Amino acid sequence: MAEAGRLTATAGRPRRGLLHPVTALRVGIIVAVLATWQLLSASGLLYRDVVPSLAAIALALYVTLSDPSFYFHLATTGYEIGIALAIGGVSGLAVGIALGASKLMAKAYEAYLYYLGPTPKIIFFPVMIMWFGVGAGSKVAMGAISCFFPIALNVAAGMREIDPVLIRVGASFRANTWQMVTKIYLPAMRYPVINGLRIGLGVALIGTLLAETKLSNRGIGFLVIQAYSLFNMPQMYSLLIVLFVISIGANALIGRLGGLHDIKRS
Amino acid sequence: MNSFAAPARSGLLTRLLPAALGIGSIAVLIGLVEALIRLGLINRFIVPMPSEIFLAFPRIVVEENVLSRFTLTISEAFSASILVAAFGIAGGVLLHRFTLLRQATETWVAAIAAAPLVLIYPLYLVIFGRSATTIVMMGFTAGVAPTVLKTLEGLSGTRRVLINVGRSFNLTPSQQFWKILFPAALPTIFVGLRLGLIFALINIVGVEFLINFGGLGQLINELSERYDLAGTYAAICFVVLVSICVFVLMERLERWLRPGD
Repeated sequence: MAEAGRLTATAGRPRRGLLHPVTALRVGIIVAVLATWQLLSASGLLYRDVVPSLAAIALALYVTLSDPSFYFHLATTGYEIGIALAIGGVSGLAVGIALGASKLMAKAYEAYLYYLGPTPKIIFFPVMIMWFGVGAGSKVAMGAISCFFPIALNVAAGMREIDPVLIRVGASFRANTWQMVTKIYLPAMRYPVINGLRIGLGVALIGTLLAETKLSNRGIGFLVIQAYSLFNMPQMYSLLIVLFVISIGANALIGRLGGLHDIKRS
Repeated sequence: MNSFAAPARSGLLTRLLPAALGIGSIAVLIGLVEALIRLGLINRFIVPMPSEIFLAFPRIVVEENVLSRFTLTISEAFSASILVAAFGIAGGVLLHRFTLLRQATETWVAAIAAAPLVLIYPLYLVIFGRSATTIVMMGFTAGVAPTVLKTLEGLSGTRRVLINVGRSFNLTPSQQFWKILFPAALPTIFVGLRLGLIFALINIVGVEFLINFGGLGQLINELSERYDLAGTYAAICFVVLVSICVFVLMERLERWLRPGD
């Protein structure tokens, strides 16, 4: 532990003219991973193209990003996820408020949501195809049922944490249900709602993209599975890089815009 | 006697009413769907009657070898969980032991835990082929990051007084770890393992469905491709029930492990 303490003290003191040890280690890890990748690619130990060279991946990334059709597929996936998040978000919000506002409702139904929440949603895809067709509808439905559960559960939990004084203030002003929701409940449980949306976006993205990989002719999921079918590995890597950057970026953006970052720091 | 009986009765009613309301609502919903299909208001070629789904259960259990599929999925989940436990706990211990490494990589591990990792399954298909290895590796990939983070949280959260007790006994670093840190962190590590295993199971069933290989996930895919509607719905209900049973079991195990909470 003493060693750990010394390390922390050293790590916490930036040295003038030198890289911060944490930054230096990060750079070192990235360089080591990239060098190992490049060596593995050149060695021929793995099947050709399974580990393409860094230059090939960079070129594929450039080709992908400069191809106008990529933006059409990106827009398709973005549209599907946006609609899914709107449907799943609004219904999750309504159900969460209903569960959070009534103890009876919460005891009667919340357990079902709690246990259904973590089940693998992609298995509902055949049903969604039958209900909404093979087009965007089934993908939107997959995204919507994926994000409904975390949003509803977060909102219900957030409702229960609202200061009762605020609710009494609303009641003393004779606020109606709509006014209570918009003036008291939503502002008071801003953080749980945004956290639910953040988690909901992640799972909506997974639900929509997995559905696209299973049965679709447009969208980023379709491009990934097409790259697999054509064994175009550099393109697959480039698409996965873009996908992870977008998903991690969107996650961080929602957290930052919603002030979650400040909560964590405080 | 009567004065005690009345509150007891009302307490029982308070406990039973929500459960009855929940189960009753589901029963009413199922009855309503059955009636609407029989009346022709819902197309029976899109939504099969709940009674047909119920009757399809024994058929899929016998004809589709549900037991062997279930065993296969559980064995894949078990293999993935061994990998998750071994690499997840070792990773957490490593990050706890080397503070600089932790400072450099903890946010990366957290980002990996939040990333949609299941989307790399086509990559695993190329590397490992359409096989059980792909499914197990996908489960492992999904479950390892949360286990690393929770192990780290558990080890870092060990009470100072316990560490000082170890020091006062002049324990070696190895003894300090096995006698103090690890036992104190075990409940939190188990939370991480539970999370990791849930992620692994979700991804295993999902990938089985997507690549049409393996156990329960493949069953749903096969039945839907055969357009066996009642069978597909029954298989989905079966998978949901299995998932719920596993989650409840894990939760009970966790509560048993941390009775004080």
